[in-house]
Amino acid sequence: MTFLSQNLLTVLVFLPAVGALALALMPSEEKPLLRWSAVAFSGLAFVLSLGLLNEFHGSFPSLQFVESRPWIAEWGITWFVGVDGLSILLVVLTAFLTPVVALSAFSAVEEGVKGYYVSLLMLETAMLGALVALDIFLFYVFWELMLIPMFFLIGVWGGPRRIYAAVKFMLFTLVGSLPMLVAVLYIYFAHKAQAGSYSAALPDLLTLKLSPTEQLWLFAAFALAFAVKVPLFPLHTWLPDAHVEAPTGGSVILAGVLLKMGTYGFVRFAVPLFPGAAREAAPVMLTLAVIGIVYGALVSLVQTDIKKLVAYSSVSHLGYVMLGIFTLEVAGLQGALYGMISHGLTTGALFLLIGVIYERRHTRQIDEFGGLARQMPVYAVLLMFATLGSVGLPGLSGFVGEFLVLLSAFSLSSKVYVVLASTGLVFGALYMLWLVHKVLWGPLGPKNQKLPDVSAREIAYLAPVIVMIVWMGVFPNTWMNTMRASAEHWARDLDHYRLTVTARPGPAPALLTAQSEHASHRPAR
Amino acid sequence: MGLETLIALVVLLPLAGAALNGFFGQLHGKRLSGYLACAVMAASFACAASAVAGLSGLSPASRSVTSVLYTWMDASSLRVEMAFTLDPLSGVMILVVTGVGFLIHVYSLGYMAHDDGRVRYFSYLNLFVFFMLVLVLGASMPVMFLGWEGVGLCSYLLIGFWFEDAAKATAGKKAFLTNRVGDMFFALGMFSLFWATYQAGSGTLAFAGLKANKHLIEQATVGAVPLATFAALCLFIGATGKSAQIPLYVWLPDAMAGPTPVSALIHAATMVTAGVYMVARMSWLYQMAPGVMELVAWIGALTALFAAAIGLAATDIKKVLAYSTISQLGYMFLGVGVGGYVAGIFHLVTHAFFKGLLFLGAGSVIHGCHGNQDIRKMGGLKDKMPWTFWTFLVATWAIAGLPPFAGFVSKDEILYEAYNSPHGSLALWLAGVVAAVMTAFYMFRLFTLTFLGAPRMGKKDFDHVHESPAVMTVPLAVLAGLSAVGGALNLPGGIAHALHLPRVLSDWLAPVFPVEATAHASNEWALMGASVLVALAGTLGALHVYYRQKTVPVADNARLTVPVRMARDKFYVDEAYDILIVKPVRGLGRFLAGPIDKRVIDRVLAELPPAVAYWLSARVTSLQNGNVQAYAVVLFGGTVAILAYLTLYLR
Repeated sequence: MTFLSQNLLTVLVFLPAVGALALALMPSEEKPLLRWSAVAFSGLAFVLSLGLLNEFHGSFPSLQFVESRPWIAEWGITWFVGVDGLSILLVVLTAFLTPVVALSAFSAVEEGVKGYYVSLLMLETAMLGALVALDIFLFYVFWELMLIPMFFLIGVWGGPRRIYAAVKFMLFTLVGSLPMLVAVLYIYFAHKAQAGSYSAALPDLLTLKLSPTEQLWLFAAFALAFAVKVPLFPLHTWLPDAHVEAPTGGSVILAGVLLKMGTYGFVRFAVPLFPGAAREAAPVMLTLAVIGIVYGALVSLVQTDIKKLVAYSSVSHLGYVMLGIFTLEVAGLQGALYGMISHGLTTGALFLLIGVIYERRHTRQIDEFGGLARQMPVYAVLLMFATLGSVGLPGLSGFVGEFLVLLSAFSLSSKVYVVLASTGLVFGALYMLWLVHKVLWGPLGPKNQKLPDVSAREIAYLAPVIVMIVWMGVFPNTWMNTMRASAEHWARDLDHYRLTVTARPGPAPALLTAQSEHASHRPAR
Repeated sequence: MGLETLIALVVLLPLAGAALNGFFGQLHGKRLSGYLACAVMAASFACAASAVAGLSGLSPASRSVTSVLYTWMDASSLRVEMAFTLDPLSGVMILVVTGVGFLIHVYSLGYMAHDDGRVRYFSYLNLFVFFMLVLVLGASMPVMFLGWEGVGLCSYLLIGFWFEDAAKATAGKKAFLTNRVGDMFFALGMFSLFWATYQAGSGTLAFAGLKANKHLIEQATVGAVPLATFAALCLFIGATGKSAQIPLYVWLPDAMAGPTPVSALIHAATMVTAGVYMVARMSWLYQMAPGVMELVAWIGALTALFAAAIGLAATDIKKVLAYSTISQLGYMFLGVGVGGYVAGIFHLVTHAFFKGLLFLGAGSVIHGCHGNQDIRKMGGLKDKMPWTFWTFLVATWAIAGLPPFAGFVSKDEILYEAYNSPHGSLALWLAGVVAAVMTAFYMFRLFTLTFLGAPRMGKKDFDHVHESPAVMTVPLAVLAGLSAVGGALNLPGGIAHALHLPRVLSDWLAPVFPVEATAHASNEWALMGASVLVALAGTLGALHVYYRQKTVPVADNARLTVPVRMARDKFYVDEAYDILIVKPVRGLGRFLAGPIDKRVIDRVLAELPPAVAYWLSARVTSLQNGNVQAYAVVLFGGTVAILAYLTLYLR
């Protein structure tokens, strides 16, 4: 157990990859074995993530569960991982959603079962890796690694225009990421120039002194990569295509976790590394965020494909997250972090629920449905919870994030942002209730008369998500306790933001400075 | 039990009922679900009554007890407790909500006896009561907002209770969305108040904390506008949504699509009064924004007139009552708008009695007439439904403002305040008086057309009309009693003075509203006389037209005079909103989704980078021109540069 507790993050990151390897060795025709193995491996990873959450000290703003080993020693590149309040819940969310997706795909994926689950598990490793990586090269590797399994998930198991959508997804994100690579190299060499040694460790890079012009260019390069992923208006047009063509599981992971990589990237890297530029660029980012909120909602309003509607709603919801981050205030950041998790759950649930009726009817056209509440009452209840969570009804998860973001946005000197962003409360309800109206209420059409209600397996993967939506709305403080200290630390003084490391495990962690911790790990040259 | 525990129980019991019925209702069966729902309401009422009794045992100055359940959210700069405060004002509200709520639950046992969706119905109804109690007891604005949106949700679910009828589901959606517009402003008002206190280093949204920091709020501004004005205005717009005032009243008439007991509980007695309660709760804020107070009073007065005008022409029994509710809510806003907070709350209470009763009576009539709601096809029900008839008469008497029933006393107090308060005026009083004539007229029109005269339905239908069972008529009788004597809660100042009787409600609420709006004035008797006269005029006018002359509203709109036709068509407000707001928003969505998103943004993103790449490649290809000497130069130069970098820079 000592090994496990000292290498918890490494084990967590690679467990799904090990699972993928194991699945790859299994015979392709053993579908139940493949399916249950995928559930088992991702389920085990989830259990590990709960252990992580359990031992995590929310009251400390510092990095915890830190592991640092030389990787490419002479270049100062390390296997450097850790979590803090900014990332812990995203890690748990990722580990939570993957087994849910694995379970949901039992009936949806009949062809290429092995490839599907191998991709899914590889994707989980990549996502977890990107979330815990604190070495900027390591982060970049995981960041790009996420693309490949996702590309396959869309391109192989997707809908009729899957190739177009997969290539579009790939090109948008890849092109967006290339300037970031240049910027990563730039700060890496800048660190050598300033400190005399190579280091790609984020705590070291945070100490860099960069001129305002340098900051602005570097920020722009990072921001482009992250903004495409978020997606921030007007870089969002890959998202509806990707969602519509992706299989249910792909959509859940895409909306649930992948988009958050963009917003997480801003919180973890772009803003703290270049705080001056972030402040400078804030009006632009805020404006784009607010446009995204209103634009995404208005476009959702006229969609005829359920998935497209939810896809555009993500543009709107992620707009709130961006708004929260760029208030650069503690409540706004907490709202943003909370909104990320909540959006992962509510939109994840919505995509899962869309998958349920898609499997029964093989259509996602809103007009094809109606009156399902009579025929599928349990389904109706679940869809109502997901919808209400999504529209930010107080008492469910969506409210907390939106509330804190808007509350914080009121402190911006221009009130235009908060007023326009608030209209999202109305528009959000408008398109979601319209959707529910078209799908659940009204007379039951002839094509839907025989639809069976959700099965036990479907309840098994839907109910946990819904329970979390309720829990996060009724007892948000349970979760805010994990992020508050880190958020306060982040927002207090961005210009002098430093990442510190908490020695672990132990009941009363002692705070060490990043420098001293790293000095001991850095290979002697 | 301590007061804190009692307060928590008041709130949590209905939640437990909703959860039990919601999750296990299908198991324990339809019959039991109704009894369970009623039982938790009875228990909640008992807890509320003993909590208020306990509160009255404290000294007036210390009558505010807060029960903290847990920390809802703590975001560093803002901490929100899940806490409920019982004070004299919320005490009045919880008695009304649980008391009238209990009666309506019992009535529902009979009304919904044959409905397949009973379990769902009672679950929603309990859930509604829970959220309503959260709304009135919430110790902070976010907790109030939790209740505020929660009751909206239940309203949505219950209006669209018979969801297979798309029109009913649409009515529910309309209610939710219209309310959301209001809620958005409520939220903005809330944010501004937080901001004002946060700037000064003590960010809070608890009512007590805000009130304690009102000097900070008074000094703050939003742009060029005083923050108090901004916040009061935003909150009031929120109230116009929930309480169905101009311009956001349009959802309430449609909300009549829900089961009639729902109309009684949510859309008459409790939820729709939330806006009035909120303004009263924030009275200290409104006192800092006299301009907004004047607006509140005028919106109230105009809504009272406007809705009454539509009520004069409506022919659906529930629609008449719906417009009447809008109109009476207008009265309440007129009351609180001129600073007559006690008067406004008083009318809220009496209105809960008599309007709850009217809706339940209407439900009984609809029940007895097998679903018919058109008063042109009723008449002569007096002898068929004696209980319903007599109780309905009491309620009509009360709402018409005829002495000595409850409606007379509370309405008179509002008119008195409208005239005498420093915020009042002759014009406001006149508006109230005219609305009073109209109220008496349309109510006795409704009453006469329904119960008196000869039946206007087929003989067979008429023979089938029956009185409702006791489970429905007993609640009617209880509410009739309350409608009759409820005025005793706050006797008119002159009478109380003359008879040496206390003004119970004014005294009770005194700790909450320290500014006793208006002193006893000498014109009280004259104003009261005027009230009686106008109520009598409206009553007699209606009886003359509909009883003596036996007029029946015509079915054919073309034969109506223009003003009546306009009133019957609700002055085309829905149509106007559709053209001015709904259609443009959808049109904008279509424009953005089509031309902008697909044809501009996506094309630019998809085609610009390749275009740039081709442009660049065209430039770069010129380097690869086959000239070996040029290659050699570049190769040499490059090597030198790299070597130079390695030797000079890295060393």
